[in-house]
Amino acid sequence: MFDFLEGYDLLGAFWVTVKLTVYSALGSLIWGTLLAGMRVGPVPLMRGFGTAYVNIVRNIPLTVIIVFASLGLFQTLQVELGGGGDFEVINFRLAVLALALYTAAFVCEALRSGINTVPAGQAEAARALGLSFTQVLRLVILPQAFRSVVNPLANVLIALTKNTTVAAAIGVVEAAYLMKDMIEAEAQLILISAVFAFGFVCLTLPTGLLLGWVSKKVAVKR
Amino acid sequence: MTTSVLFDAQGPRAKQRNILYTVAFVVVLAAVAWWVYTSLDEKHQLDWVKWEPFFTSPQPWQTYIWPGLQNTLKAAFFALLIALPLGALFGIGRLSDHRWVRMPSGVVVEFFRAIPVLILMITANAAYAEFTDLATEDRLLYAVVTGLVLYNASVLAEIVRAGILSLPYGQTDAAKAIGMRKGQTMGYVLLPQSVTAMLPAIVSQIVVIVKDTALGGAVLTFPELLASVRPMSANYGANTIACFTIIALIYIALNFALTSFASWLERRLRRGKKSTGAVVGAGPDGGIKTIGTPNLVTEDGRAT
Repeated sequence: MFDFLEGYDLLGAFWVTVKLTVYSALGSLIWGTLLAGMRVGPVPLMRGFGTAYVNIVRNIPLTVIIVFASLGLFQTLQVELGGGGDFEVINFRLAVLALALYTAAFVCEALRSGINTVPAGQAEAARALGLSFTQVLRLVILPQAFRSVVNPLANVLIALTKNTTVAAAIGVVEAAYLMKDMIEAEAQLILISAVFAFGFVCLTLPTGLLLGWVSKKVAVKR
Repeated sequence: MTTSVLFDAQGPRAKQRNILYTVAFVVVLAAVAWWVYTSLDEKHQLDWVKWEPFFTSPQPWQTYIWPGLQNTLKAAFFALLIALPLGALFGIGRLSDHRWVRMPSGVVVEFFRAIPVLILMITANAAYAEFTDLATEDRLLYAVVTGLVLYNASVLAEIVRAGILSLPYGQTDAAKAIGMRKGQTMGYVLLPQSVTAMLPAIVSQIVVIVKDTALGGAVLTFPELLASVRPMSANYGANTIACFTIIALIYIALNFALTSFASWLERRLRRGKKSTGAVVGAGPDGGIKTIGTPNLVTEDGRAT
């Protein structure tokens, strides 16, 4: 029944999906945290930059950003991100860059809502002790904010996992790309779709359940 | 907590330090801007010839952008039109007292939420090609709309469910007390009230729908706004950057208007005295969070 799978690197394609997800998740977490820091910080210019970034990036389709990375950055401006002329490597890195830049806007917003859950008294107490803004943020606010936004961040991560399929638009051979290939070559539409749907359910469902459990564990009880 | 609590009113030293940070940040931004400028200039992407078509003649707008935008809006409109009642049906289905209604609704909603829209679109496209004899351009529109409907109906179902759950239980009690049947309670009491609570989330979901139409252009060759970049830049002398800039600006303007409208609506509803004050806010990329009834629904719309 599943002999149409022969000759296709199904696991390999899903492995690329996983790699795209993990690398962009790390990138967006770092950049998103920095953006959140800027947005709540005392420097007006940085606040303005953070706000502008989030509002602009959130409103552009991810597809536009990813296709731009390929057509604009790579083919027009010859940005190769150290890929050394290897299309596969370049496209993969461009996809990670685009996914991370896009997802960071959502990470930033999730974190900012987490910062708002920390009672004002804590920041006041920390300031009264003479901590600077960076210290207040790093030692008191962010650790608690992160614990309260595990659930929203899990949603961002799940959305990111599904969004990696957009990389198919620039020829990164991940799950959606392979699926399109297989549908064109094989006459097994329903089975092929079922296999890929099942693959994504396997990726996203455990993530949601695991992080849902983690969020209950680590949430600060108030 | 207002964010200004994080730092003190600034004294002279803090002000000086802020000026220092500002200057450093300006330097970083300027360096990035300079790098962008020089690399664009090197590839002649800033030449007036490449930008001029958009400003001096209506031709690119008439031939490429407007038809593309029309297709984008058409797909988004139909997707919303079909997904909204479907979502309401499944959302209410999940709240049913009958296990045989609640379970299948839950399975359908969770299933389509777990699968990427692109996978749904590709499947729908192939299915229409195999089982129907639609003309190609119709088929692409149908495929894009089908993919969008399946995903967004399941997200809207969660919004509807969160909206209904956000109402105080006393409403149902009161309806029961005056002898209303379950259908009446839902139709006359719960649904009309929860619609206001849901509105901001629904408007934000339109942004997600508009953004996802671009997938149809990039992968299925549905001739929407993003798809107009290739023929346009081929026609006006490889002005890729200029084309992308114009397209991106249109998306930003369109979606920013929707996002601003959603948050204005949310603020207004939250302030309103007539409603219950509960508002279903929009979460990241189709997630849902409920504001106003913290213990009823968790961040992703699951009842606790």
